Amino acid sequence: MAAAWLTPAAAQAPASAPAATASPTAQPTAAPGDYTRPEALPVGSQPTPPGGFAQNPNQPEPGTPPPTMAPTPGIGEPDGRMSLQDQVSPIGQEAASFHDNVLLFLCAIISVIVLALLLWVIVRYRKGANPTPSRNSHNTVIEVIWTLVPVLILVAIAIPSIRLLRHQYTPPPADVTVKVTGHQWYWSYEYPDNGVTFDSYMLKEANDPTRQKNQRARTDADGPPLLAVDERIVIPQGKVVKFVITADDVIHSFAVPAFWVKQDANPGQVHETWAKVDRPGVYFGQCSELCGARHGFMPIAVEVVPQAQFDAWVASKGGHLKGAQPAAAAAATAGPAGEMTTPAPTVPGTATANTTPAPANPNVANRATK
Amino acid sequence: MSTTADALHLKSHEAHDSHHDADHKPGFFVRWFMSTNHKDIGTLYLIFSIIAGVIGGSISGIMRWELMEPGIQVLNHAWPIGAGTANFDEWTHHWNVLITAHGLIMVFFTVMPAMMGGFGNWFVPLMIGAPDMAFPRMNNISFWLLVPSFLLLLGSTFVSGGTGLGAGTGWTLYAPLSTSGSAGPAVDMVIFSLHLAGASSILGAVNFITTIFNMRAPGMTLHKMPLFVWSVLVTAFLLLLSLPVLAGAITMLLTDRNFSTAFFDASGGGNVVLYQHLFWFFGHPEVYIMILPGFGMISQIVATFSRKPVFGYLGMAYAMVSIGVIGFVVWAHHMFITGMSVDEKMYFTAATMIIAVPTGVKVFSWIATMWGGSLTFETPMLFAIGFIFLFTVGGVTGVVLANGGVDTYMTDTYYVVAHFHYVLSLGAIFSIFAGFYYWFPKMSGRMYNELLGKLHFLLMFVGVNIVFFPMHFLGLDGMPRRIPDYTPAFAHWNYVSTVGYMITVAGVGIFFVNLLISLTAGRKAEGNPWGEGATTLEWTLSSPPPFHQYSTLPRID
Repeated sequence: MAAAWLTPAAAQAPASAPAATASPTAQPTAAPGDYTRPEALPVGSQPTPPGGFAQNPNQPEPGTPPPTMAPTPGIGEPDGRMSLQDQVSPIGQEAASFHDNVLLFLCAIISVIVLALLLWVIVRYRKGANPTPSRNSHNTVIEVIWTLVPVLILVAIAIPSIRLLRHQYTPPPADVTVKVTGHQWYWSYEYPDNGVTFDSYMLKEANDPTRQKNQRARTDADGPPLLAVDERIVIPQGKVVKFVITADDVIHSFAVPAFWVKQDANPGQVHETWAKVDRPGVYFGQCSELCGARHGFMPIAVEVVPQAQFDAWVASKGGHLKGAQPAAAAAATAGPAGEMTTPAPTVPGTATANTTPAPANPNVANRATK
Repeated sequence: MSTTADALHLKSHEAHDSHHDADHKPGFFVRWFMSTNHKDIGTLYLIFSIIAGVIGGSISGIMRWELMEPGIQVLNHAWPIGAGTANFDEWTHHWNVLITAHGLIMVFFTVMPAMMGGFGNWFVPLMIGAPDMAFPRMNNISFWLLVPSFLLLLGSTFVSGGTGLGAGTGWTLYAPLSTSGSAGPAVDMVIFSLHLAGASSILGAVNFITTIFNMRAPGMTLHKMPLFVWSVLVTAFLLLLSLPVLAGAITMLLTDRNFSTAFFDASGGGNVVLYQHLFWFFGHPEVYIMILPGFGMISQIVATFSRKPVFGYLGMAYAMVSIGVIGFVVWAHHMFITGMSVDEKMYFTAATMIIAVPTGVKVFSWIATMWGGSLTFETPMLFAIGFIFLFTVGGVTGVVLANGGVDTYMTDTYYVVAHFHYVLSLGAIFSIFAGFYYWFPKMSGRMYNELLGKLHFLLMFVGVNIVFFPMHFLGLDGMPRRIPDYTPAFAHWNYVSTVGYMITVAGVGIFFVNLLISLTAGRKAEGNPWGEGATTLEWTLSSPPPFHQYSTLPRID
């Protein structure tokens, strides 16, 4: 699957690149008249993008190209199992191991002990077996024991738990930065170091009457229903990727379970999280904070590819390699996102409106124009 | 000092009232609409709670029906208003209205009225040997504030909430979805509803605290109070201290919505996460408000049917006090992914896990109470034993969620839904049923049908586990909360969960059959139907108790 990626993407790259930062004048291939406007907007919905639309009618995009990498069933997507999704990031592997080997084990042991004690007293001390109750109501030793033993267990849990938190919050320097913005009800992504910007919408089924004519229908190569998107985030394999997360209307939440990543996207704030993924593949997530009517219909898809393919993808999107910033692209990415190109001095994941390099709030400008 | 004065005051009243028959009841309207009698107000609360519970439970039925299979197949039909003409966004908005209404109804109008308003009103005065609550008229207005509050909440589903009819914000009302994200009056009505419910609960809390501190019978020291009274006392303090914060937060929502303030609007210098801090500063004590009276009831019931005093009484009482205190300093574990610093996460992880210690003390003490006892398994005891085990399951998943680093994955998934339904639906609701069966003979003067009661327990125990245990799997597999449709991989466990709901409904149906049969044709109950294990004061009275009890105050040695 890796080899198949490069050729078609490179072949169609310049022609079919949507109206991205580097080619603002590129025309969509689908005529605007092709697409039908659904019924009137509900009263009070957000003006941008209209609530009744999957995509912004002012910027009709051509049908996005079909995916070149198909997801692996059972990895990076739910498969009806009874346990955590397979983890593909070091943090995820550490956390999953902590959950499966420590927490789940303790849950089971404690539940079984309580159940066994209950069953024992039910059988042994039922009225038929023990007609005369004892009057015993104190035993200081046992009360001290059942207070202190849980304390010790909790201390034993706290040590790996605090270590996990420390690891989550001390990422290596970022190789790639992806700025994630949640909208009602889609995601937009920006690679400030690479001059790449695009929106990402859920793909609808072929027979879905609400599917717009210029949006291609989901195929199995895209991913499972309600999880597949028209344009995936692409990140390089084995590299540290910093996600810089915000929103421009209500609170959303950026989540990719297979990376052990979830971070609320708060309007007016910028937060960070990160992932380093060693396995190439496609990984899915969903918005995880109630954000209105289509909360369940704004999935996230991340495609992890070798560095060379990532570079080719960036080029196909009209972008450039990190550091080699042409003047035009530099101007295009100026502003809040441009400030993100240097590793943040603050502790990742903790940046708030107060501690992020100014202007911390790209949203202020957006809201002021409404 | 004040206690002495009140006691004298009481004595003079007793002398005055002794001319009347203790069972002289006012006419229907005066008795039920202008009531100052704690038992009648308790009955009103219980009826209210049952009605609200049926509505809230029916809403979960619509939700489970929709989630039974992938796709939207119910939301496009089930909504009575605008059905057929609504567009896709209105259907999914209706989903959000359903989850909002389900949460608010179950929290504010089912569990709280049943535990505090219903059982608290009925049995706190009886258990401490008081003739009534300290402020009978305030007690009445506490109840009657709840009725318009509930009507406002129900009414909000008939007016515009922006995308469609009703407030689709979730019970947490997070800004800015509840401010700029929801035009129309629906969210305003929900906010007013919560204001009224909060005022009702604050008045009730003041009443309970005053009653428990000042109206205990001679000899009933704090350390001799039944544990149910302890639980109500701690709960009343939690209500008194947490609800004003909620009232402030939702008032700020209201002014953000209508008067151009920007408390939670970044473009005006506000902060969306500030709302969450304020909400959960109320919201976390709130979850203990919903379970602590249950702890109290379970203690009474386990002791009664073990025919033994409660094991480790002082430890049990102060475990509840410490749960109440710690409950105020752990709120941000609901917000681990909102963008907190690592120090905050470490603190809230550690503080949250500490709560497991007093909770463990309670579970072990209940088992120790049974240890060496002479157990019988009437319906209340079955529900109590079911409670202990299922609350333990909900408790251990709580320890999992307490870990900030692990919560990254679990939060906002069905794992959380499973966790809080294990402690609420299986904890709070089981304890309410346990208390209802336990005190039903005392309240109604008739025995319930034991066979139907046991059948109710069996079906409900099996049913709720089938509803909620698979939700752990869904959450671990990554299914987010609050979505009306899901990818087909989640279909299997969702189907199982809906089957569990049907079993649960059958169990609850048997409860109502039992209720009707017992109220109309139940065997007359003795003053103390439970025998030697029932040692608290309410069992010294007739069943039902006289309209005014304790015309001579009992004396506790």
